[in-house]
Amino acid sequence: MIYLDANATEPLRPEAREAALAAMAVTGNPSSIHAAGRAARRVLEQAREALAVRFNASPAGVVFTSGGTEANALAIAGLGAGRRLIIGATEHDAVRAAAPGAAILPVDADGLPDLAQLDTMLGDGAVLVCLMLANNETGTLLPIARVAALCRAAGALLHVDAVQAAGRMLVDLAALGAHSIAISGHKMGGLPGAGALLLAPGVEISAVQRGGGQERGRRGGTQALPAIAAMAACGAPPTGLAALRDAIEAAARHAGAEPVGTGAPRLDNTACLVLPGVPAQTQVIALDMAGIAVSAGAACSSGKVARSHVLLAMGLGPRAGEAIRVSLPWNATSADVDGFTAAYRAMAGRLLVA
Amino acid sequence: MRVLVAMSGGVDSSVVAGLLAEAGHDVIGVTLQLYDHGAATGRKGACCAGQDIHDARRVADRLGIAHYVIDAEARFRDAVIADFADSYAAGETPVPCVRCNQSVKFTDLVRLAADLGCERLATGHYVRRIDGAGGPELHRAVDPARDQSWFLFATTSAQLAACLFPLGGMPDKATVRAEAARLGLAVADKPDSQDICFVPTGSYADIVGKLRPEALTPGEIVTADGAVVGRHDGIARYTVGQAKRLGDATQTAGVRRVVIGLDPAGRRVVVGPAEGGRSEVRLREVNWLVSPAELACTVKLRAREAPHPARVVPTPEGALVHLATPALAAPGQACVFYDGDRVIGGGFIEKIAA
Repeated sequence: MIYLDANATEPLRPEAREAALAAMAVTGNPSSIHAAGRAARRVLEQAREALAVRFNASPAGVVFTSGGTEANALAIAGLGAGRRLIIGATEHDAVRAAAPGAAILPVDADGLPDLAQLDTMLGDGAVLVCLMLANNETGTLLPIARVAALCRAAGALLHVDAVQAAGRMLVDLAALGAHSIAISGHKMGGLPGAGALLLAPGVEISAVQRGGGQERGRRGGTQALPAIAAMAACGAPPTGLAALRDAIEAAARHAGAEPVGTGAPRLDNTACLVLPGVPAQTQVIALDMAGIAVSAGAACSSGKVARSHVLLAMGLGPRAGEAIRVSLPWNATSADVDGFTAAYRAMAGRLLVA
Repeated sequence: MRVLVAMSGGVDSSVVAGLLAEAGHDVIGVTLQLYDHGAATGRKGACCAGQDIHDARRVADRLGIAHYVIDAEARFRDAVIADFADSYAAGETPVPCVRCNQSVKFTDLVRLAADLGCERLATGHYVRRIDGAGGPELHRAVDPARDQSWFLFATTSAQLAACLFPLGGMPDKATVRAEAARLGLAVADKPDSQDICFVPTGSYADIVGKLRPEALTPGEIVTADGAVVGRHDGIARYTVGQAKRLGDATQTAGVRRVVIGLDPAGRRVVVGPAEGGRSEVRLREVNWLVSPAELACTVKLRAREAPHPARVVPTPEGALVHLATPALAAPGQACVFYDGDRVIGGGFIEKIAA
């Protein structure tokens, strides 16, 4: 099988696996006061410090959660109280579902937000803005630093869903200027089950689940030590994926596809390919049968492929139901690309004439 | 050969998938997501997918075959649910299962099967495909209690040629359940599905009222010569031949009355003596599985009734059916032509011209 669905979950990195195994060997609850507890706590705090360094945050601002969805929900509940919500039109369901009734900031054909409109929408500034750093379906990178400047000038708070960006590019909380960012371990090459909300200095939140007061009272519940250690151990973002992605887009274009969102800065690993007239679910099934794992739209837990709200927001209309996402994992090779392009060409040749 | 199996999550189609996989075919399971199950059952926040989709996936896992959920919500809404409501609003009594077979199943899934390089689409319907000298023929199931040929009359010859119905030869349902148990399928004891799938709560009038409120507007119950004999609460609640819901109009001078017609423009329910029926029935949207010609055959005017001897004459609009003895014919229902056990055609019953 050729696995090209990294934006759903990355293959486990060897260094993350090693760290997880080491953490599994540690018996102890980080909240316990005995030696075993202290040993667990050491693993936890080392992970916290490593992540703080990696994302240029302070260790005190790292709040471990069960993953990206919880980190986003915690930010929205914790920072959004008493504020209006504005979210981008292409946000992930993790944000959309946590922000019912939020005002929607539209995007252009490349998935970039309308900053002039944002400025108007900020109004009196009693607002929490939620925007993603990199889009999960197209890889589009949003101009977060400029958004942060607008928000700070208006007195608004900015939370950034950095789940897709965290393992794939350098992410610097201070340089972004956001008040908080959400990350997820398994999208970086770690294990599912751990993520974090990183708070900028001086930003405080109240807990959603209080429990035993872990994470300085900001997120109750015993920390998932192996998954946290794995997340913190993940190495630097991969290099060389942009060339592979470009090769995929060139081959797909040659086969009759239209790559989406190529006019904006993007993650190196993500391509979104429209094959006109061919339902996305047919493409995903056909490629799966050829041994290629890709995805389309936002998969519901039912497995149903729903029409992509991201692509609809970018104005693709009916084409929004005809796009697949190819997302290269950290260990993708040119052989993977060759396998994909051969299968894609065969599929397009068969389905485009029909 | 490669076969696409339409898996509903019930015992019948699960056995089909199991038998074909056991026979060594390359089986791909698909389950149609036809409507939002959470919304249909009125359970707020419930998943859009029902238990049936979950069951189908577990069966596919057990059989070790690939399985996909196909989003057919929009198509089902337009081709089946809207037609269902429109038909009631027009004073007819629809057969949504025929519409679903016609559109979502034997048009879209046959197309998907071809797109995926499958030689056949297999379903759990109780009908037989018999390949005769003139091509594939549609026949009644061996088990008369399970026969579904009436619901499949609109399947075209070309669609039939692409289909497999492995259960048509089963002696009875107990045998199918025994096969499910032998194959180790957890759905072996699952109850049969009921009536109309998208009305799980049994109140079809709610759906009709939502889409076509005028069909639930109160009006008069009248006799054939126009005398007002009662009031009704919406023509959608009535069908030709019905004796319930007529209140004081149920009988006159000891003669029992039933619904003999529905007048959507006047919002009137027309009642008359229970005996009678008609000996001429006009059909539209006729599907022929033999060359269209005037012929003597038997016809079935509803799903569960004994066949009537008749003569069928093709017309430019469809067909005219002369019944040997008068029978009740509800507009919107199907009239299916049989030559012994073979389905040779059928159409939808037209209203009697006023």
